Amino acid sequence: MSFFEVIRFSLRGLSANKLRSALTMLGILIGVAAVILLVAVGNGSAKAISDRIEALGTNTITVMSTGRGGSSSTSLTKGMADALVDPELAPDVKSVSPVVSSSSATMTYEGADHAVATFVGTTPSWFGASTTPVGAGAAFTDDDVDQGRRVVVIGRTVAEELFPGVDPIDKQVTVGGALFTIVGVLQEKSSTGFNDANDTAVAPLTAVQQVLTGYGALTSIIVEAADPDQVDAAQSQVSTILNQKLDVDASSNSTPYRIQNASSLLETQTETADTFTTLLGAVAAISLLVGGIGITNIMLVTVTERTREIGIRKALGAPRRVILTQFLIEATLLSVLGGGLGVAAALIGSQFEIVGVKPVIVPSSIGLAVGVSVAIGLFFGGLPAARAARLRPIDALRYE
Amino acid sequence: MKPVLQVTDLKKIYGTGEATVHALRGTTMTVHRGDYVAIMGSSGSGKSTLMNILGALDIPTSGQYLLDGVDVSRLSDGQLALARNRLIGFIFQSFNLIPRTSAVANVELPLAYAGVKPKERRRRAMAALDTVGLAARADHEPNQLSGGQQQRVAVARALVTEPALLLADEPTGNLDSKSTDDVLQVFDDLNTAGRTIVIITHEDEVGARAKRLIRLVDGAIVSDIRQSPIHLPPVGAGFALSGRHTR
Ligand SMILES: Nc1ncnc2c1ncn2[C@@H]1O[C@H](COP(=O)(O)OP(=O)(O)O)[C@@H](O)[C@H]1O
Ligand SMILES: [Mg+2]
Repeated sequence: MSFFEVIRFSLRGLSANKLRSALTMLGILIGVAAVILLVAVGNGSAKAISDRIEALGTNTITVMSTGRGGSSSTSLTKGMADALVDPELAPDVKSVSPVVSSSSATMTYEGADHAVATFVGTTPSWFGASTTPVGAGAAFTDDDVDQGRRVVVIGRTVAEELFPGVDPIDKQVTVGGALFTIVGVLQEKSSTGFNDANDTAVAPLTAVQQVLTGYGALTSIIVEAADPDQVDAAQSQVSTILNQKLDVDASSNSTPYRIQNASSLLETQTETADTFTTLLGAVAAISLLVGGIGITNIMLVTVTERTREIGIRKALGAPRRVILTQFLIEATLLSVLGGGLGVAAALIGSQFEIVGVKPVIVPSSIGLAVGVSVAIGLFFGGLPAARAARLRPIDALRYE
Repeated sequence: MKPVLQVTDLKKIYGTGEATVHALRGTTMTVHRGDYVAIMGSSGSGKSTLMNILGALDIPTSGQYLLDGVDVSRLSDGQLALARNRLIGFIFQSFNLIPRTSAVANVELPLAYAGVKPKERRRRAMAALDTVGLAARADHEPNQLSGGQQQRVAVARALVTEPALLLADEPTGNLDSKSTDDVLQVFDDLNTAGRTIVIITHEDEVGARAKRLIRLVDGAIVSDIRQSPIHLPPVGAGFALSGRHTR
């Protein structure tokens, strides 16, 4: 019997047991697709987080106050921000942007109003430091900040909410009872997670302090290092200056402020995301196991029937080799087809957002999932056949 | 001329200890080419055990079995497969057709293992089905056929390779008298054509049509009677020549 003929026999065997073939393939399909997709979701969310952090700029340092009560001795002030611009003590600092922000500002235009998620007051260097470029119009200037002019650059969401189909530039809106003139619209920013990065407005620090937040503490200070390689140097220069200003003992390891740079943030976040991926991977492995048990079950249930069939075939003069080849090809076809369909299902599924995350396929997960399920299919499809092929025909026929 | 099969002092013991069953207690017999042997005996007398050994489906506990002069116990797995495929056609009492597989595909199976090309295979399988009067049901699966029809498919499958030796274990045990007649007619014709047939039965009228009748009691041969000469057609061959292939 030629190999080609044995393949035809296998195909006939598969089509003669359509339900069993379909169920086996389904088991493998689900196992493979689940593993690939779950790992892809984990990976996708990890990637989303790191993208977001990278969007902050890799050469920025963020200083935040840890004092909750806003006690004046520990809060960040405009004076401290100014002190950081010091070519002698902080040569690696390129720009410093003091930031105040309000999350309760409502912007009104011709009767329509919109609650802006984050209303930022800062200086023009902020646009560069936070990699939030202006799309239409222009940013405000240092002069605007000095004069406390009420001009504002709004985010894409705000523009769409208040000015549907209208160019918002030069329009006047009311915020906190004061009139602001829109001078620009920010470029669309990819927002990940649950808050909309485009639901924002940026205005001169002085204007926001006057209208919304008052002249108290800053929310944060964003420091831009001259070069991504000098972030660490800039960070230590910034700490030195701040420690001096805030009278922090150099040996003390608790400071009234928190200082973070994007790369250290990236590291911790990536670690978290890795844990997440591992967790999803474990869930996926369990689903593969369950799928595997399903396959095993179907295959074992049919062992009796198959063993009898092998008995008949042996009685008719089938050599052991031909029987083994036929059943191994059957098992291989089922596993490979099921695995392939599982990969296809996962690839299709990964085109959609799942729980707000765009899955990103990890190639090695495909190899693992397909490998494991094909191994299960081959083992439990091939093993009973191998055993039955060794039996005397009469014992195989009597098997129950 | 070598006998087609020759068994000497064949013993078969099932189980161990308390549960030991002596299914065959030293059976000796010789069957020559062209003979038509019926083996009779009550249930449990060891008929099937003997038949399975003759069909090379099982091995005896002791004793010698020569098939066409060759000691079967010395054959390798591959040679055994070859013997089952080319020399022996085996018909089971319980048909043993492969489920969900058409009649013609079932009949083709031994030819496939013999390496016959698909076209030739189909032609010979159809011819064999025609011999048993089932050509019209070639595409039916076993569960779409009656017991008698299934048994005739099994007969077609056993004779499709044109084996010299046809072994049938109660081929008519599950059949009504009409189907029994059909199957026996096929055997008579095959024997007339020169094939050696060994058939197990518990029906006297089936035994009466054979040329030789062997009675088995408790795993031992108690009588061995020649009913008609080996070189003449069997007695049944005459009276049903007409009326076949009509259904
Ligand atoms: N696989 C087996 N295991 C144990 N005992 C068996 C087995 N097959 C047959 N026997 C026993 O051997 C004896 C002969 O059985 P068998 O050859 O099937 O008889 P028959 O076909 O004449 O009815 C019986 O007593 C039966 O119980
Ligand atoms: Mg029996």
